[in-house]
Amino acid sequence: MAIFLTKDSKVIVQGMTGSTGMKHTKLMLGDGTNVVGGVNPRKAGQKVDFDGTEVPVFGSVNEAMEATGADVTVIFVPEKFTKDAVVEAIDAEIPLAVVITEGIAVHDSAAFWAHAGAKGNKTRIIGPNCPGLITPGQSNVGIIPGDITKAGRIGLVSKSGTLTYQMMYELRDIGFSSAVGIGGDPIIGTTHIDALKAFQDDPDTDLIVMIGEIGGDAEERAAAFIKENVTKPVVGYVAGFTAPEGKTMGHAGAIVSGSSGTAQAKKEALEAAGVKVGKTPSETARLARAALGA
Amino acid sequence: MDLFEYQARDLFAKHGVPVLAGEVIDTPEAAREVTERLGGRAVVKAQVKTGGRGKAGGVKLAADPADAVEKAGQILGMDIKGHTVHKVMLAQTADIAAEYYVSFLLDRTNRTFLAMASVEGGMEIEEIAVSKPEALAKIPVDAIEGVTDAKAREIVAAAKFPAEIAGEVAEVLKSLWKVFIEEDALLVEVNPLIKSGEGKIIALDGKVSLDENAAFRQPEHEALEDKAAANPLEAAAKAKGLNYVKLDGEVGIIGNGAGLVMSTLDVVAYAGERHGNVKPANFLDIGGGASAEVMANGLEIILGDPDVKSVFVNVFGGITACDAVANGIVQALELLKSRGEDVTKPLVVRLDGNNAELGRKILTDADHPLVERVDTMDGAAERAAELAAK
Repeated sequence: MAIFLTKDSKVIVQGMTGSTGMKHTKLMLGDGTNVVGGVNPRKAGQKVDFDGTEVPVFGSVNEAMEATGADVTVIFVPEKFTKDAVVEAIDAEIPLAVVITEGIAVHDSAAFWAHAGAKGNKTRIIGPNCPGLITPGQSNVGIIPGDITKAGRIGLVSKSGTLTYQMMYELRDIGFSSAVGIGGDPIIGTTHIDALKAFQDDPDTDLIVMIGEIGGDAEERAAAFIKENVTKPVVGYVAGFTAPEGKTMGHAGAIVSGSSGTAQAKKEALEAAGVKVGKTPSETARLARAALGA
Repeated sequence: MDLFEYQARDLFAKHGVPVLAGEVIDTPEAAREVTERLGGRAVVKAQVKTGGRGKAGGVKLAADPADAVEKAGQILGMDIKGHTVHKVMLAQTADIAAEYYVSFLLDRTNRTFLAMASVEGGMEIEEIAVSKPEALAKIPVDAIEGVTDAKAREIVAAAKFPAEIAGEVAEVLKSLWKVFIEEDALLVEVNPLIKSGEGKIIALDGKVSLDENAAFRQPEHEALEDKAAANPLEAAAKAKGLNYVKLDGEVGIIGNGAGLVMSTLDVVAYAGERHGNVKPANFLDIGGGASAEVMANGLEIILGDPDVKSVFVNVFGGITACDAVANGIVQALELLKSRGEDVTKPLVVRLDGNNAELGRKILTDADHPLVERVDTMDGAAERAAELAAK
């Protein structure tokens, strides 16, 4: 097993025919992802060749789902059109939509999140502004490098892309059940809590590594959730202890406002919930090894 | 992007939120003519992006045009919590019968928008939230439905606005919501919203913060940027499309990915505790791709910072593998040399991830006298801090 994504997942790519979509569709196919179609109304009916694999292009998410049985969509469309792409995915009731696009206006994220709620939350949204998710050896959806780790028994959930890769690489000898990049925007679909819950319920995950960063209170709420609901060991890391107040640090959501959203407060909340928190990524990896007895 | 009060006022006026007449000036002498236009009296208000300016003496009443010149002269150039006053707004005076508070903002926790309102205005909202939490109404606003007549009435009722002004406040809320939505704001706040002596509802002071990610559909927002106040290095980085924040330390930082760079700052600060308390000099995320050109642009910004004593390049090779990144660094150094900006500060480079061995070999073979390779993030941070402390 794994969370959210397995070898049976059938994946379509919204924005496949753009340059980013082309590049990553090729990489995803190379990692064994079952990419069954692309979506672009202007190129519907065409086929795109990826090193011998022909991937058909459909006019809409609905058409693609009907023709292929797709249950996952990954969205690479430019930020101006992302809201409409996500709304289309929600209306088609596809079970999982992974939004890679960065730089989305927060009013657009708020709008598609409200739309998902109004439609009964039938679509799990991951992102926006995230690297996607990988179940090593089975499927890779998004832009996570597929060859830096192997299948194993650690579950990883992270706001940051490169810290996800860093942690996957440091613990590559142990391997991962799934790694989920949830993104660092102020409004995101899947949260730390959603991933923690799924990893807690996943029989193939023995340990959870959770990476957070400054801004908002997602880590504090995750800490409260862990205290009540998670029995598996959790190791944490929080980035941004030295970030100044009032400055956005790369991710739109990574900002300390007044005294809220600080790394220190997040670390303390996690530790109070019994989570061992590393001071650096490498120390976090050591804590994970120790917790697994590896 | 936080706006000045006068910019917030302009946006309020544009969308029908009632405001008083006012003009912004940057020399004391200009106050005379403006005050005459405003009817002979004016409030002189420092334009700074921080709270507490009233207590700091940044708001003064001027009884006549000559007095306005004097008061403007006192306030211009004043330092308020580290912000120098470069502009003052002269506004019409108003007699205040009551002060209220209203705002719309992004509610990250609930992934929606929130209205806040209180009949206890005039204080900072943080103060109201602490001293009289029961007096601060918080009403969620659906991002799709927005502020309808019913929602405006709900907010007014929850905050217990007096019946005789309820209708007028509801109208103001609907206009303020237009500012929030149509300007892609993260925050619109009116504090105080006043009832004047004649019973009119007026936005006397306001705060607006805009979403920079919405720039693609808000072309007019660029003009609202306070370019004069921007750090010159931050401005230069922005012009090159780089994600850079100037900090006050000595170790220049370049990395790929926002999370990794934040983490790098922390690791350098910890290492600095052992080396003369040196700190990171900046945040710079060159993105996942880390091409030679972007690397060169990044290095140029960092090396142009006189505070920088050493540079830590921290790259995790993912889809762009380490050999490509190493070639990028070598080419970047050559590119800088060809631009006549030879590197004179030591660089510590840590490469890890895909094709790390190959990437490291490229750096070793290039044998640049100022480039040192350290293969772990902690070790490289230690070395960069040590070099900066020398």
